[in-house]
Amino acid sequence: MRVLRRLLLRLGQAVPVILVVAVLAFFLMHLLPGDPAAVIAGPEAGAEAVERIRRQLGLDRSIPEQLMVWLWHLAQGDFGTSIIHNQSVLVALADRMPVTVSLTLVAFAMTIPIGIVLGVAAAKFRNTWVDAAVMFLALVGVSVPGFWIAILSVILFSVTLGWLPASGYVPLSDGIWPWLRALIQPAAMLALFQIGFLARMARSATLDVLDQDYIRTARAKGVSEWRTIAKHAFRNTLIPVVTATGIILSLLMGGSVVIEQVFALPGVGRLIVQAILTRDYPMVQGTLLALAFLFVAINLFVDIIYTWVDPRVRYG
Amino acid sequence: MADATTAGELLAPRRRFPVLRRLARHRSFRIGFVIVVVLTLAAIFAPLISSFDPTSMRARIRFRPPQAAYWFGTDNFGRDVFTRCLYGARLSLTIGLGVAVLSGLVGTAAGIISAQFRQLDAMIMRLMDGLMAFPAIILAIGLAAAMGPNIGSLIVALSVAYIPRTARIVRASALVVRELEFVDAARVSGASSLRIIWKHLLPNCMGPLLVQLTFVFAYAILAEAALSFLGIGPPPPAPSWGNIIAEGRDQAVDSWWIMFFPGLAISLATLGMNLLGDGLRDVLDPRLKVET
Amino acid sequence: MSAPLLSVRDLTVQFRTDAGWLTAVEQVGFELGAQETLGIVGESGSGKSVTALSILGLHAASTTRIPTGAIAYAGQDLLKLPDRAMRRIRGGEIAMIFQDPMSSLNPVLTVADQISETLMLHQGLDRKTARNRAIGLLDMVRIADAAHRVDAYPHQLSGGMRQRVMIAIAIACRPKLLIADEPTTALDVTIQAQILDLLRELQTELGMSVILISHDLGVIAEFARRVLVMYAGRVVEAAPSRALFRQPMHPYTSGLLAAIPPLNHDVTRLSTIPGSIPDPGRRIPGCRFSPRCTEAQTECREQAPDLVSVGDDHFARCPPRLHRMRPV
Repeated sequence: MRVLRRLLLRLGQAVPVILVVAVLAFFLMHLLPGDPAAVIAGPEAGAEAVERIRRQLGLDRSIPEQLMVWLWHLAQGDFGTSIIHNQSVLVALADRMPVTVSLTLVAFAMTIPIGIVLGVAAAKFRNTWVDAAVMFLALVGVSVPGFWIAILSVILFSVTLGWLPASGYVPLSDGIWPWLRALIQPAAMLALFQIGFLARMARSATLDVLDQDYIRTARAKGVSEWRTIAKHAFRNTLIPVVTATGIILSLLMGGSVVIEQVFALPGVGRLIVQAILTRDYPMVQGTLLALAFLFVAINLFVDIIYTWVDPRVRYG
Repeated sequence: MADATTAGELLAPRRRFPVLRRLARHRSFRIGFVIVVVLTLAAIFAPLISSFDPTSMRARIRFRPPQAAYWFGTDNFGRDVFTRCLYGARLSLTIGLGVAVLSGLVGTAAGIISAQFRQLDAMIMRLMDGLMAFPAIILAIGLAAAMGPNIGSLIVALSVAYIPRTARIVRASALVVRELEFVDAARVSGASSLRIIWKHLLPNCMGPLLVQLTFVFAYAILAEAALSFLGIGPPPPAPSWGNIIAEGRDQAVDSWWIMFFPGLAISLATLGMNLLGDGLRDVLDPRLKVET
Repeated sequence: MSAPLLSVRDLTVQFRTDAGWLTAVEQVGFELGAQETLGIVGESGSGKSVTALSILGLHAASTTRIPTGAIAYAGQDLLKLPDRAMRRIRGGEIAMIFQDPMSSLNPVLTVADQISETLMLHQGLDRKTARNRAIGLLDMVRIADAAHRVDAYPHQLSGGMRQRVMIAIAIACRPKLLIADEPTTALDVTIQAQILDLLRELQTELGMSVILISHDLGVIAEFARRVLVMYAGRVVEAAPSRALFRQPMHPYTSGLLAAIPPLNHDVTRLSTIPGSIPDPGRRIPGCRFSPRCTEAQTECREQAPDLVSVGDDHFARCPPRLHRMRPV
């Protein structure tokens, strides 16, 4: 019951955020210096073309009116229409989303175990060479630009060694191995930063937990060192880590924009970059909004997991 | 006796800055500090360090590998990569600093207002939640694209992306202080809101804020590089680190040095700021302190 | 007395700090027979908890060293026992309960999990049997509705109940020795008495020896037959509790006695010892209590006194008092 109530409460809190996001996405387009229609049409366009785009985008109406139309369309699931491809933004998104979601999830599946294991190991072997090595790698992970290391990785693993494809996406329907083979390198490059981030976090969370009285209780019971960590410390370490998974997922999604570019993966990231470069503003707006919705959903999901990990939240 | 007094006076100033002394003893802070100072000096004195021009093209010396004359080699237009990296430091550090300062100012204002004027809290924080719903890089991409490709808009775009996090940290610190008794006492004795903010809230937020802004600086350098790489940064031929990598990418297999060294520069700058931030956090933010 | 159950000799414990190795406990020794009760009393920082933790080897190995001493238990030196053998002792033969039941229980595991673990570990029970035994143990520590409470998480229980759960964990494997480190300090006064009563009953029922550690000589007096008074890492007086109350042979003990609130009187002014326990990093020449002692003389500040016999099974570290009793 409490879980359900908490969930409903969170859903309720998500509504204003989504509304704010929708309004923000709307005003993003109106931040354009000068006349958006003219900018979109390009410098060579005649007055007539500009006027046509203006009407097409509804820019001839007042701002509040436009906002209401925008929200009204959104409420009906209409995210707008691309002015370049004359295609519904939603259709384009549906086309691209599986790529980005696949990439993000594979990267996530790498980040969580590796990051946690590294962090916990560093804490367990605190102030030894293990700790120093893990923390150095983690620091490098959060300091190196992902797209740069990705290019270097392609040169090594794809061009020189020929082990992995340098670019392109294979849909899951073609089989799980081809799919994974295409994603493994981009996902690893995407995960690098987050692994470093998570390892640093998991280390300090574990050190915090290892200082707690209940760890001493476990030792006093005759529980072995490893079991103390695996059973008594780990669940408690997970609490702050789970809180961070939402951030990690959303940062992975953000990072995928850049990584998709390096590996020529036809995902949402490439869609948005192309839209920006071709000044396809409805597409930019709609895609941004869709991504933001996705993050709100992710955070809701993380909240549910959180409830499961921490009984204090579950039973309050 | 006179000697003792003099010695005491000489020693006194050193004791006045315990934080600085602890920072000076912190190993990662020291390393980070050296890296950042060296890069800053390199950026400032770029024209003195290299006699080349970062943008002029010379077809005769295209694709030269690293050598005594061209430390980092030359690119497809015959430009010296080392020189471009030096001038890239100017751009990247300016953007990093600009983002840290701008997001710091606005974020602090938002956080403090939220904490002090509770009736505005919900509104400001919902706005921040809304901004945070976009991953920073995507928000920055959207904003930078909307405002056009130049350094100013890049700074603004990245700042907006990092304001919510800063605002939250400041708000959290300010809320803790607000509940303390001496602030209550000040309020009861009729201190104005502004005075309470200036005398009590702000000083107590400085530690966590400074730590956060150091990390924002690091993120901003990485994000600027990523945006430039995507073609949404300062337009080429501007020698931003991200631009150099983006331009060198097509020749990455044969002329690896073009994209390798600017990436190294980004890594070094980010590493330096991260080390600096780690040190500051250990010393300034006792909540997060795990060890020294 | 036959061979004691536990015998601690010449125990010195040091911790690593930024300022070098710091001595927390120095040359502490005592013996404890089967089914006996020993009280260790002292202010915080006196080294009483450090002594207790050393018996179970619970100090962090990397920052602790024990340059001298032996802890003999059942014919073996616990300080020399390999880790695996030591784990069998912990929770099986010697159990411990701690001061703060709020933080000493794992917040993410149920009461059943935490009690069963000891049983599964030391007695090889399966989960189901262990759970049933856990319910029986909760009954034993007088927790009502045990079959239901066993599935609770610590945060759903009151402080007193949590300490009962800690006791249930401790007695699960019927240990021969129970170390209770300030078991009632974090609890309400009414609960304190209940917990002490419970410990006493369980001691008789299970035939355990108990080491009770407290800063409150009143609690100790009620409970223990022998008392060890510790100050700044050293034993300053050791005696049967009756003798200690009748004739304290160390000014520090007298101070602790005076600090016990009288039971049937309105307390107007609580006597306390002036000053506080010295910083463990500071070296004090002579008797460590001398800076706070109203009876200190010149010799006290110059020469560290030894622990000497002052009566039947009564030892103290205060030459002036000894001289007063038995003029030389």
